Amino acid sequence: MAQVSITVNGKVRKANVEPRLLLAHFLREQLNLTGTHIGCDTSQCGACTVLIDGRSAKSCTVFAVQADGSTITTIEGLAKDGQLHPLQEGFWEEHGLQCGYCTPGMIMSAANLLKENPKPTEEQIREGISGNFCRCTGYQHIVNAVQYAASKR
Amino acid sequence: MSTPVLPKLVGQRIKRREDPRLIQGLGTYVDDVKIVGMLHMAFKRSDIAHGRITSIDVSAAKAMDGVEAVFTGKELAEFLAPMPIGTPFPSPEHRAVATEVVRFTGEPVAVVVAADRYLARDAADAIVVSYDPLPAVIDTEQAMTGKPTQIHKDFPNNLALPLIPSGTGVAPDGSSMDDTAVNKAFAEAEVVISQRMLNHRLAPSAMEPRGVVAHYEPGKGTMTIWSSTQNPHILRTMIAALNGMGQDQVRAIAPEVGGGFGAKINIYAEEYVAAAVAKKLGIAVKWIEDRSEAFVATIHGRDILCYLDLAAKRDGTVTGLKMRLIADIGAYNMLLTAAIPTLTMLMANATYNIPAIRATLTEVFTNKTPTDAYRGAGRPEATYFVERGMDLLARELKMDPAEVRRKNFIPKDKFPFQTQMGAVYDSGDYEKALDRALKNANWPELKKQRDAAKAQGRLVGLGLAMYVEVCGIGPSASLPTGGWEHSQVTIERDGRISATTGASPHGQGNETTFAQMLADQFGVPLEHITILHGDTSVVKQGIGTFGSRSQAVGGTALHMAGTKVKTKMAKFAAAMMEANEEDLVFENGKIFVKGAPAKAKAFAEIANYAYIPVPLPPGLEPGLSDEAFFEPTNNTYPFGCHISMVEVDRDTGEPRLLKMVAVDDAGHLINPLIVEGQIHGGLAQGIGQALIEEVVYNSDGQLVTGSFMDYALPRATDFPRFELDNTVTPTPVNPLGAKGCGEAGTLGSTPSIVSATVDALSEFGVKHIDMMLRPEKLWRIINGGKA
Repeated sequence: MAQVSITVNGKVRKANVEPRLLLAHFLREQLNLTGTHIGCDTSQCGACTVLIDGRSAKSCTVFAVQADGSTITTIEGLAKDGQLHPLQEGFWEEHGLQCGYCTPGMIMSAANLLKENPKPTEEQIREGISGNFCRCTGYQHIVNAVQYAASKR
Repeated sequence: MSTPVLPKLVGQRIKRREDPRLIQGLGTYVDDVKIVGMLHMAFKRSDIAHGRITSIDVSAAKAMDGVEAVFTGKELAEFLAPMPIGTPFPSPEHRAVATEVVRFTGEPVAVVVAADRYLARDAADAIVVSYDPLPAVIDTEQAMTGKPTQIHKDFPNNLALPLIPSGTGVAPDGSSMDDTAVNKAFAEAEVVISQRMLNHRLAPSAMEPRGVVAHYEPGKGTMTIWSSTQNPHILRTMIAALNGMGQDQVRAIAPEVGGGFGAKINIYAEEYVAAAVAKKLGIAVKWIEDRSEAFVATIHGRDILCYLDLAAKRDGTVTGLKMRLIADIGAYNMLLTAAIPTLTMLMANATYNIPAIRATLTEVFTNKTPTDAYRGAGRPEATYFVERGMDLLARELKMDPAEVRRKNFIPKDKFPFQTQMGAVYDSGDYEKALDRALKNANWPELKKQRDAAKAQGRLVGLGLAMYVEVCGIGPSASLPTGGWEHSQVTIERDGRISATTGASPHGQGNETTFAQMLADQFGVPLEHITILHGDTSVVKQGIGTFGSRSQAVGGTALHMAGTKVKTKMAKFAAAMMEANEEDLVFENGKIFVKGAPAKAKAFAEIANYAYIPVPLPPGLEPGLSDEAFFEPTNNTYPFGCHISMVEVDRDTGEPRLLKMVAVDDAGHLINPLIVEGQIHGGLAQGIGQALIEEVVYNSDGQLVTGSFMDYALPRATDFPRFELDNTVTPTPVNPLGAKGCGEAGTLGSTPSIVSATVDALSEFGVKHIDMMLRPEKLWRIINGGKA
């Protein structure tokens, strides 16, 4: 077992973990932050995307021990003081989700994109979320949602 | 001063009520369910496609700390019966966990129950299975020779269904067949088109893999089972039956479900095993599918081969159609496996008035994952085959692909239309959808653009496809579960409304659309309504969500239940207000006599009176709650037209979709925003099939596309912006006039893209290219090879 100390959504979390424990499972099982989903086992789908030290990462590809000392934001930490994040608002306004399973990861990836490129073109948005699969929407409403959020910033 | 009236919500683009929880990560999917003391299951699966199990050594697994139990197939068979199927066709025995022979890669051979999921996997990996390998058969037509192997002993030549005929001259029960009309059509034909086509195998790939939690409580003798399913009531029926329990003793819950696309209709081995093991050990147990498991253990879709012959006159009139279908169903029959390809036969008429049709269907076992319903389920295959045939005909006759279709449409004044295949199309105006699509695509201009691009040496092509599909599935005669849907509407004592639906959603947005309907029906705010679903202890009866039936069947049941309650509420209001119940208006959260809104009573006040009825009006029972079952008299038949423009890179053979114009007619729409989302999603899956998705096995029966590294799921960069529009042809089958829209996008998009690609490569003399349109395949055509 290894001890980790990780700041998640503003709170310091200390735990003893198996070295092989995936960060995604640490968040879901030990912290009960089940908004981070797991949709594949090969790092293709992006459902597990979180922000580690401000940058998007697929938490199924990171061991909890590798995240020791880092600061993590999950989907549960995105809304502030009861105010939805502009991306959350955008996904709601523009019907950017159906089953909702890919949505948390998609939003976290888009957050990373908008941080790096606050006014992306449609092509840049499509490129920016291409590490995330959605099987329901055909992506068009997701693109609209990201455009909505970009226009709000 | 009059107060503003609540706007009517049906027909409006209302944003979804499901979304706030989902965009904040607050939904509860099956893997988020935790029970105190819950254990975890993992399966040991076959790594060969066909073989006899000679030994299973579970000693190392059993010895691991934290392993509660290990069951081999034979041990499970002592307390778990073979899996039932939902079709009337003969079927070989299918054990949830193989007992003697494995028949596809990934078939379970043992199950481990352990303290956590990592440990369960470790233990499963520690099980050693020895096999006496048997030859595997992967090619469908080779399997029909019975060589090199027969997969099930009672099914010679691997024929699951030797041959069923349908169409012109075939008695409805299949007892007699007269080929005269079909033979005559072909004998007199001026043109005959013949083409072999494969509608290839796909992996449905809902983003949430499957999962189940089964919790048996020995003290009460009851089972609660959470599953990522499209139909909790069917799950309850099956779990009760296989565990010797009553349906009253099993509670099935579909929590938040992360997509289904047909693949979560089936009741799977893992669900049966979880329930049986939970009952055997008196525990709660969880199993969550890995994606790698999903590729082998969740059903596949499509995989139907077609030999198509089309007889026509030189003016483009189609006079006859022959469709010989061979469905590769994989190693076993699942719940609806055998029935899916029959829908391909049923829809052989497509949108056309074809006077003579002969379709035949053969279903074949191979050493692959079983097939079952995948979005469209039999109808995209029919559409693909017929539409490719129409395109081949247009090309042969040098006719515009739109005009050859127009020439053969079932005219709009011929509905309801009895097809040669036994379907009765409820309503349609195909020419209107075609004309709208041609107008939106600016067809003549688009053709000029294509020609100009070709003149510059670019490989650009156009494709067009019509579709009609069968939706709103029932009626009961067509489904072993019953084809109705159920709803209960309750006006609560405080005037709020709760309503249940058996149409259990997994992304369709019923919490929004159904609330829109009730808000209008009762004249109350949307925020006062809760739609309950997905729990058999809350939703008393139901069938489920598949076959684009939620709105047409489930929505109608809701409407009917609402009408019953409203009628009763009007009686209470009439008694309280000393008015005539026929004169009452429900509006703006109030009830009043028509023309006298100033003397209105609050909706909540009438509700309260119904629950504390002093005095109780004569002939009335207290309370405001009622239910309805809706049994449709027929299916609905939505239709539309999809147009695409494709460019193929001359150097690499890579196809790129430049344009997708869709006109869909699903009848009346409750929420056009949600319908748009459904169409987008369907288009994406249809385009994915044409361009990049394909399940591939090697000749040994190993799945080559066993993860998202190899199975290409479309990404945002694979699509242009879709251009949508709709026409409205209501159905007379239900009072809403709604037809269904969930699967439509997968129907026209696929053949239109293949036709566009053939058009792009026309200079190379190619007439047909089988999907998926792999760049290598197109490159070979460009470089002088054959498709």
